[in-house]
Amino acid sequence: MNKISVIIKREYLSRVRKRSFIVMTILGPILLAALMIGPALLAIMGDSDYEVAIVDDTQIFYDAFSDTRNLKYTHLQTDIDSGLELMRNGKFDAVLHIPEVAFQAPSSLRLFSLKSVNFNAKSHMESVLKNEFESLKLTIAGIDPEVLMAIETRIIINAVRLEKDGMERTDYPEVSMGLGFVSGFLIYLFIFLFGSQVLRGVLEEKTNRIVEIIISSVKPFQLMMGKIVGVGLVGLTQFLIWVVLTFAIVGGVRAAFPDTFKFTPAEQVYVTSAQSLNAEELQKQMETVQMQNTTAGQIMEGLASINFPVMILSFLFFFIGGYLLYAALFAAIGSAVDSEADTQQFMLPVTIPLIFSIVIAQMVIQNPSSSMAFWFSIIPLTSPIVMMIRIPFGVPYLDLALSAGLLILGFIFTTWLAGKIYRTGILMYGKKTNYSELWKWIRYR
Amino acid sequence: MQYLFRADNISKSYTGHKALSNVSIKVPAGSIFGLLGPNGAGKTTLIRIINQIIAPDEGNLFFGQEKLKPEHVHRIGYLPEERGLYKKMKVGEQAMYLAQLKGVPAHQSKKMLKEWFEKFDLIPWWHKKVEELSKGMAQKVQFIITILHKPELLIFDEPFSGFDPINVNLLKQEILKLRDEGATIIFSTHNMGSVEELCDHIALINKSEKILDGNVRNIKKEYSTNIFQLELASLKRPVEQMLDHRFELIRSTPHNGLLTARVKIVRDADSNELLKQVLPGAHVVSFSEMTPSMNDIFIKTVTGKFPQESREYEISESANDYLAE
Repeated sequence: MNKISVIIKREYLSRVRKRSFIVMTILGPILLAALMIGPALLAIMGDSDYEVAIVDDTQIFYDAFSDTRNLKYTHLQTDIDSGLELMRNGKFDAVLHIPEVAFQAPSSLRLFSLKSVNFNAKSHMESVLKNEFESLKLTIAGIDPEVLMAIETRIIINAVRLEKDGMERTDYPEVSMGLGFVSGFLIYLFIFLFGSQVLRGVLEEKTNRIVEIIISSVKPFQLMMGKIVGVGLVGLTQFLIWVVLTFAIVGGVRAAFPDTFKFTPAEQVYVTSAQSLNAEELQKQMETVQMQNTTAGQIMEGLASINFPVMILSFLFFFIGGYLLYAALFAAIGSAVDSEADTQQFMLPVTIPLIFSIVIAQMVIQNPSSSMAFWFSIIPLTSPIVMMIRIPFGVPYLDLALSAGLLILGFIFTTWLAGKIYRTGILMYGKKTNYSELWKWIRYR
Repeated sequence: MQYLFRADNISKSYTGHKALSNVSIKVPAGSIFGLLGPNGAGKTTLIRIINQIIAPDEGNLFFGQEKLKPEHVHRIGYLPEERGLYKKMKVGEQAMYLAQLKGVPAHQSKKMLKEWFEKFDLIPWWHKKVEELSKGMAQKVQFIITILHKPELLIFDEPFSGFDPINVNLLKQEILKLRDEGATIIFSTHNMGSVEELCDHIALINKSEKILDGNVRNIKKEYSTNIFQLELASLKRPVEQMLDHRFELIRSTPHNGLLTARVKIVRDADSNELLKQVLPGAHVVSFSEMTPSMNDIFIKTVTGKFPQESREYEISESANDYLAE
């Protein structure tokens, strides 16, 4: 109806024009982008070379150490004392001392340094020496290291699921996990952030005493729905701007310093999951990105195996459906109390299913087709989050339809319930409300 | 008489408590109708029912000849007792928003609002936020919003609460003007003083029931006490001796060289007869009927008797005005 659209417009514009909204909308992507770029950036900043002098009394291991990107090894043919002297003069950051007895007593190895020891350098040296010691021991025991190399095998079991129609599908649980958890968590965040905005909006109308003026022109239900939809649109707007801006920033920074930001597997998941809105893009990226190792390749395959149209459509559906379901309850709470301090007793039962969904997320991820995962992805209060976690693993369409249908019913029910509480609650002032009071309101004609 | 609004046998109860039982009111077109009663009597419930904010359990409502229906909200203007505005929203924008909800298109409402803002000296505040307004100014804005869409029926619930005396006066003028322009006004209050000034008709509600209604003048006549107050000078003989058996002197007190006497007509006679008997014996300085105030009538209907105190001292203002001329 026309009046609802007038209300939606006001609710939307009054929020979007707020300074806090603009600040959050701009700051959010910067923070997110910083989270994604930050580690790489920090790595460059900590990139100054670390110079290590090696004093090897055994004379065996000099060839074992080769320079890495920011670790430089120098082989000193002196004794340890002059090595330390050189370090004190600033020629080296650290001195590794391999005494004669090192092979028999590895605990006699020492790494000297003036400042605290660089952890990466230390572990690099440890792994080099471990390999050397081991192969030395093998040789002593009469085993050819090459034979051993030939024996070593890397095992990756490809999980294959047989579809009902006989098709084979390879599973990539790691990719599904990441994708499922991220989307489930986004829904959780969205419901909480914007549900409480609905609550505050209703409370504002009540405490400002404007509500009775408005409901003499429109039905209380129209006012409530107008607010829920208006705030929801604000949320979608903000979410959309965040996604677009985040990837614009990340993309921009990557383009500006292409060498610095080599794709690491972890980052790949993130970027591709959002960019691969169309399959061609994904394909192109798959071709261009160097397959650095099998894991990266698997992730790419994993992403390609995800049914993105289903994923995106159901994300939007559960995103909106979950919000509508909870926003109605939040609106009812806002109408029933007089101040934000009084909301606590009613907030608890509403937030418990939400928090519970996130708590069981771990278990759902580990076993997405367990009966627990099934039931909580069907029950409307938990389904928006739990179902979203399950979807990347592949969910039977029947489950999906059942869950979606129940979510719609649940939304209609909570809205009906909230409408009943709301129309009485907004006109009640100065009286502390309890649950038996709410029950009475629901039963009024 | 033509009625703009009618409520027949309205009942409404909340769990364990009856808010209205069998209340009927008829609001004549073009009049100011006072809905009176103590706090908690059910006035606001009735008003919310008229505004279709809540539904009655029983009873029918009529707007003009039609049954009351949702579309009628555009023809009703309502200033609730609990009233406020969005604090963070700009004044003009907010007024336009609320007008739009009453069905006035934006382009039209802007022009009309500017005129009213002009009239109430609010133009400089158009772009300010409501929280910057003083309380009085905010109430002016609320009043404008109530009447902007030119409703046929206006409902004011305790309109003067929180207004300063200057604004109360301004508001009264505007309400009377609206009535003269043809609007019908329902006016709810527990402040009886304002009733006598403004209302043509009243309905009295107490403990969820209507206990009295009708034309204000008729009600007053019905409750007349038949007691007259005279101020007399240069008495030739005591007042008792001037009066025959149809009259009874209740009290006489000398004051500033004048004698104030209260006389009750006990058998059939009228004020003229009384004057005829007194005139030969004294100089009559003033003469007035002691009509009960609405407040007295209210207390009488609720408790069953006139309050002693107020009857002693209150004299109908209209009677005084009449004599002064």
